[in-house]
Amino acid sequence: MSLSVRFQHRFPTLTLDIAFEAASVGVTVLFGPSGCAKSTVAAAIAGLLHPDSGRIVVEGTELFDSTTGIDVPPERRRIGTVFQDARLFPHMTVLSNLRYGERRAPPGSIRLDEIVDLLGIEHLLKRRSPTLSGGERQRVAIGRALLSQPRLLAMDEPLASLDGRRKAEILPFLARLKTKLALPVIYITHSLEELASLADTLVLIDSGRVIAMGPLDELASRGDLPIAVRDDAGAVLSARVVEHDRTRGLTVLDCSGTRLLVPLLEAAPETRLRVRVPAREVILATEHVGASSVHNVLEGTVRGINPDPAHEAILVEVQLQGTRLLARVTPDALESLHIAPTRPILALVKSVSIETLPG
Amino acid sequence: MDCRLPSCLPGCSHGPAFPAGRWSTHLPICRWFCRLLGIRGPIGSWLFEWFDIRLVFTTAGAALACAVMSFPLMLRAIRLSLEAVDPGLEQAARSLGAGPIDRFATVTLPLAAPGVLVGAIVGFASSLGDFGAVITFAGNIPGRTQTLPLAIFTALQTPGGEATAARLSMVSIALAVTGLLAADWIGKRLQRLTGR
Repeated sequence: MSLSVRFQHRFPTLTLDIAFEAASVGVTVLFGPSGCAKSTVAAAIAGLLHPDSGRIVVEGTELFDSTTGIDVPPERRRIGTVFQDARLFPHMTVLSNLRYGERRAPPGSIRLDEIVDLLGIEHLLKRRSPTLSGGERQRVAIGRALLSQPRLLAMDEPLASLDGRRKAEILPFLARLKTKLALPVIYITHSLEELASLADTLVLIDSGRVIAMGPLDELASRGDLPIAVRDDAGAVLSARVVEHDRTRGLTVLDCSGTRLLVPLLEAAPETRLRVRVPAREVILATEHVGASSVHNVLEGTVRGINPDPAHEAILVEVQLQGTRLLARVTPDALESLHIAPTRPILALVKSVSIETLPG
Repeated sequence: MDCRLPSCLPGCSHGPAFPAGRWSTHLPICRWFCRLLGIRGPIGSWLFEWFDIRLVFTTAGAALACAVMSFPLMLRAIRLSLEAVDPGLEQAARSLGAGPIDRFATVTLPLAAPGVLVGAIVGFASSLGDFGAVITFAGNIPGRTQTLPLAIFTALQTPGGEATAARLSMVSIALAVTGLLAADWIGKRLQRLTGR
């Protein structure tokens, strides 16, 4: 584990007690409602906040240890930080902003032209940062942080201040970054969409403590976590493109053994991507229905049943071949189908209700 | 030349002709200043012996006196502008590897430049009008330490010098207005450069 964070900090209204670990490559998303002090975690890693006690280790380097008194100042931590409000230097051009961290960093593998290309900001280089749009600013801020050759990239709600369109404009860049750069990334958000497209590991935070931690596909399909009771809750599966059936207009995906049909995708076979199956779109059945428009009829067993009082509903975890789904059904359906743990069940998913995400 | 108090206060002989309000606040500061920097004072004697620098009754001394008197006013303007720089930008610079002096020079100071300029204007304006400090510390020596206000004062003290005084006042006004216009122009450019 290349990142190990454990700290306690007392605020007037909230006591933080955070502990989690993250792999040396991949995105760890810290997810939680607004105001649950997620940003504090990024600040503690970057050294902008001094926790009361704890220990923070990145890539084998101790950055903070309250028992031995180690507290590396932020400028020597080499944590690339992307703030919610971009914080570009207004008196510099985009290029000078990008070079600011690069000039102060030891030589590294991340090159300027590569980053400019990856983030699509070449046409902005000569502009001054106040003239950029929110989305452009955030892209430059990400590039600036990356060019400081960081040990770790910490992104604190980088898309939170952007509207839906701008968000959709940046998400693909982030997904590309993730696959191109071998760098641990801490990503803080309260958006399920960002979580689903970026996370490898998920750390759920609520009221200052970690309530669950694990691979995204595992946590997203659990019905007993706060993310499951959100309107847009749903399982996230990692998938591989198997083949395209152009005559039927369908693409066959393989999700660790479970085959899914989705509307035709523009992706070469063997491409890895993610699919999100919203819980409210999953139909449960105990026997095969006759002719229907449903393309995906998946055999599985009931793994767990959890109440969802916010929707007057029940969340059913379904274990499929190699993967899991989450279904939101009414208590009435649960009763009439006699759904109970370990019983076999069929999960029906319309191909058009499956969301495909990059990465 | 020693800087004893009586010789330090040539204006005393002029009695009520001095602008009383300012003079009274300047007096104690000037007195200490003379004591320290006069060629027998602890700093002044050292400067004189080692570097042959004499401040009292010299042009440099007049400039120094103006600087000391306008410094508190400048400091306030500059400090306010430094404090107005977004600490988030300093944090960003920090996270990008900039140490304290580095980020002050590359982020804080450039962004505070318009405020520093305001400080400079304030300093210029107060020096332009300074009377007591210069006359106390550097005297009123034509061609060496006679500043515009001192020249106006001297002209007014000379019978028939009113016309000279009026001309000098015009010069003073012209200088002040030019300074203000220049500062305004530079200020606008700086604001654009710092992105506001």
